[in-house]
Amino acid sequence: MALTGLFLCTFLVGHLAGNLQLLISDPTHAAESFNAYAQFMTTNPLVKVLSYVTYFSILFHAIDGIMLVMANRAARPQRYAHEKASTSSVWASRNMGILGTAMLAFIIIHMSDFWFEMHFEMKPTFKLDNGDEVKDLYLEVVEAFHSFPYMLLYVLCMIPIGFHLYHGFQSAFRTLGLVHENLTLLVKRVGVIFSIVVPMAFAIIPLYVYHFIPSAEEIQKSESYKAKSTLIEVEND
Amino acid sequence: MNLKLKIWRQEGPNDQGRMVDYQANNVSDDMSFLEMLDVLNEELIEKGDDPIAFDHDCREGICGMCSLFINGEAHGPVKGVTTCQLHMRSFKDGETIFIEPWRAKAFPVVKDLAVNRSAFDRIIQAGGYVSVNTSGNTLDANAIAIPKPDADKAFDAATCIGCGACVATCKNASATLFLSAKVSQLALLPQGQVERKERVTKMLHQMDEEGFGACTNTGACFVQCPKGISLENIARLNSEFRNALLS
Repeated sequence: MALTGLFLCTFLVGHLAGNLQLLISDPTHAAESFNAYAQFMTTNPLVKVLSYVTYFSILFHAIDGIMLVMANRAARPQRYAHEKASTSSVWASRNMGILGTAMLAFIIIHMSDFWFEMHFEMKPTFKLDNGDEVKDLYLEVVEAFHSFPYMLLYVLCMIPIGFHLYHGFQSAFRTLGLVHENLTLLVKRVGVIFSIVVPMAFAIIPLYVYHFIPSAEEIQKSESYKAKSTLIEVEND
Repeated sequence: MNLKLKIWRQEGPNDQGRMVDYQANNVSDDMSFLEMLDVLNEELIEKGDDPIAFDHDCREGICGMCSLFINGEAHGPVKGVTTCQLHMRSFKDGETIFIEPWRAKAFPVVKDLAVNRSAFDRIIQAGGYVSVNTSGNTLDANAIAIPKPDADKAFDAATCIGCGACVATCKNASATLFLSAKVSQLALLPQGQVERKERVTKMLHQMDEEGFGACTNTGACFVQCPKGISLENIARLNSEFRNALLS
């Protein structure tokens, strides 16, 4: 759990770094930058290997987590009639299974939205500065986040991730056997900051796109975008 | 003070068991929790009822024999003490008090509030020992120089009295804090080096065999431990196990 968990923490940082390109205010620049990044991420062989390690880590972490929860529940067949668990441990640490399940549900929704469409669906294309014509994932993201319930779902889903990281980050270091008082304190502090900053930064992206980026239709109508984009009509809702 | 008690009664290991209500009247503030139960038991015996079975021995907080999950917490609401050192002044007049045995698959109920903690003994037997020369030329332990910080940490770990509060309070009924204290107290000292690698592996294996859960680092064990055994020991246990695996 610790090794895959910490690997997935590094994945989150990488994923966040890439997605921060969505905060570029000019749609044409943002599309160029984000789509070029998407092309790199889907074609570079090293990234491909890394992505398979990530899929494996998510699966392993989830399956191992479910097995752990089941085994640990079996260790106490008879529950207490009266238990004050909150006096001795934090809520997140006792509910990693539930938080993890919420995250898995989010990952499935998230993958079917963007990953699946990116890989298997036909979409408008975007001509990059290097001359390559790629699927316009930027437009896809903008379109998705302009739906209010959708944007809200993405923002709310960052909450279980934050709580999961709050316990998971520092827990992983103890599982790996990090024995040093000063370092333990540092890990705890970094863990708290990590669990707040990373989900918040992710949550800012859909909020920003919803409020400050024009809708996909408007973007496609702009002159600078027309020059790069194939003119496929965006369906009206 | 007068108290309402809800106490777990179970005739034997195979009985289903249930919570039974009792009334304790004229309880003195100065009584220990166990003395309060003693008085209740005297009343039950006078009435011809079966007294409530509970574990106790030294009644001065050092033997690890007393237990009890009181009002949802191992050894009751006061931190850093065993049930025998818990006094009735920690409760309010008219309060309802839940009294339950330790709950864990590895600690089966013997009767009422008494559970069988032999699983801990078997974990110790699996590797919690050191080889000592007993052929007549035994070395003086003080002849081996030990750095003071190591000696202190080993001593702190050795204050574990094996009461099982860590298991009782852990949501996974894990014995990891107990195990980590027993591994640490020997791993930190020169005398413990001979069996160092096999000790951690054997004791961990025995813990799993007994049906205890796995550690998920909630830290509840340390909060409820009457001896304040540090979570640093769990990190050390994991590092000992990692080293044993990799070498």
